[in-house]
Amino acid sequence: MLTFLLLSLVKVIVVTVVLLLAVAYTVLLERKLVARIQNRWGPSRVGPFGLLQPLVDGAKSFLKEDIIPAGVYKPLYILSPIIALSCALLSIAVVPFGPERQFRGVDLFQITDLNVGLLVILGVTSVGIYGIALSGWSSNDKYSLLGSLRASAQIVSYELALGLSLVGVVLRAGSLSLRDIVNSQSAHGLFSWNVFGGFQFFAFFIYLMAAFAETNRSPFDLPEAESELVGGYHTEYSSMKFAMFFMSEYANMITVSCVATLLFLGGWTSPFGNLLPSLGGSILASFVPFCWFVLKVLFFLCLYVWVRGTLPRFRYDQLMAFGWKFLVPLAIANIIGTSLWLALRTS
Amino acid sequence: MVPIAYYLVLSALLFSIGAGAFLIKRNIITVFMSIELMLNAVNLSFVAFAYQWHAIRGQIFVFFVMVVAAAEAAVGLAIIIAVYRTRNTLNVDQIDLMKL
Amino acid sequence: MQLVLFFIFGGLCAAAALNLLLTRHPINSALSLIVVMTSLAVLYLTLGAEFLAAAQVIVYSGAIMVLFTFVIMLLNAGEEVRTRGSRAAYLVGVPGVAALFSLLTFVFLSQGNHLGKSTLANPATLYDLSAVLFRDLLLPFEVTSVLILIAILGAVALARKEH
Repeated sequence: MLTFLLLSLVKVIVVTVVLLLAVAYTVLLERKLVARIQNRWGPSRVGPFGLLQPLVDGAKSFLKEDIIPAGVYKPLYILSPIIALSCALLSIAVVPFGPERQFRGVDLFQITDLNVGLLVILGVTSVGIYGIALSGWSSNDKYSLLGSLRASAQIVSYELALGLSLVGVVLRAGSLSLRDIVNSQSAHGLFSWNVFGGFQFFAFFIYLMAAFAETNRSPFDLPEAESELVGGYHTEYSSMKFAMFFMSEYANMITVSCVATLLFLGGWTSPFGNLLPSLGGSILASFVPFCWFVLKVLFFLCLYVWVRGTLPRFRYDQLMAFGWKFLVPLAIANIIGTSLWLALRTS
Repeated sequence: MVPIAYYLVLSALLFSIGAGAFLIKRNIITVFMSIELMLNAVNLSFVAFAYQWHAIRGQIFVFFVMVVAAAEAAVGLAIIIAVYRTRNTLNVDQIDLMKL
Repeated sequence: MQLVLFFIFGGLCAAAALNLLLTRHPINSALSLIVVMTSLAVLYLTLGAEFLAAAQVIVYSGAIMVLFTFVIMLLNAGEEVRTRGSRAAYLVGVPGVAALFSLLTFVFLSQGNHLGKSTLANPATLYDLSAVLFRDLLLPFEVTSVLILIAILGAVALARKEH
């Protein structure tokens, strides 16, 4: 019992630290890639290739003066970045990073495997809205309020499309546990991944669009549209509180990329199936799938940055129309199609 | 090991607080929220009884209550917005056009 | 273990519910209601209702309460004022509610021996739930979906501006 608790604690700490580092370096990745897209160099002074930039940025936001504007509703003003960040970090708890590997009764590649893991991720994301909604309201400022109203309406609307797009995958796997969903795609490498072999391409498209909207990223970054709203819901935030919102945005990006990898790109399974010779050694055998997982997540993160560097922002009514009139009907059609196909195949 | 009776007592406590808030609160939104609290209290006892009798239908019932609560919230909040538009107040004492 | 969980989250639940009753500002009430609902989800987990716990968080905390906070933000609801009506409600309501609570508690505790105890084991699986929901109770399920549809239409009709 004690070793179990201790090992679990170590696992949680390791995952959290790695996630926070990943958040920091995603910011750097974005700055570098966007800079290259715009024919600039990006951060290059601190450390080789600017690799120490995130650490310096972190130290800077720690040391900045923490300004609490007059007229804010203080308890919620302080609480909302905490809600945003903790919800963003929480959902990584059910994400499996590799195949099951027990060490003294503790699964090495996942914090906890729940039967309803997918629903837990959806639930935690939906609770995360409060961070954004309350920050805008408690700032007592029109730009913040407008930004947060936009953000919460957008997230609630796109959550519907997101949830519906997952139903097809769940139908195919017959389970809500993320590990089972990955295992259902592990038979023939690339061709049994949901996005190719499972005919879930439309679901993948819907998920991708909805995920961009859920994380308030370009081209759906209206909540923080700087040309109209100054800074959106975090206009009045400074120092560490601002950094917490910033980190929660990138942590959400990472979680969403992890979920996309698990649900549509076969998680940690290799795209070549069993064609590659398995390298010897049990440590290596469990490390290679992990590398595949990281590569796929990295692909999604680069996609995020690429889209941000190229696409202009939507108008708000276009955004809502796209979500409700295009994505939701498409998702429902996908559910009907998938269930018909499954029913015909089994009968 | 927790006696089921504890869950039921908690549910009774939540229900009573919800009923009290329903009577005492003057803001129409808060009154509406206390209804949701009462529904939640009832849900808890449903789940507890479902566990006690190994009856999965108890859980299904909670599911239905949630659906009804969602429908109720949608319509209720729309009514609240409509009331606020015409009366410009949220205080239940001042919404008294139908009173003698 | 489960007792500890029960007391932590049950206590959180009761405290948040009391806070809903005592605070003046609707947004505080809404937040305490969210705490109540989320801790109820944990209690559902301890009672072996995994799916319900997830649904509770998604539907109640994630959708219904977002709607509430949204309306509070939209109408910019301020602190409520105590009026004559509230004093009357105090006089009648508090004793009545206290009586109700004592009666229920008395019944539950005195019948406690007939009720069992819950352990963390064997949660109801999704298969069981969906078999009952989509096979035995298909008609009620469809009826609720019609109800939701009607509610959506009603909400749209009620809340839209008149031209």
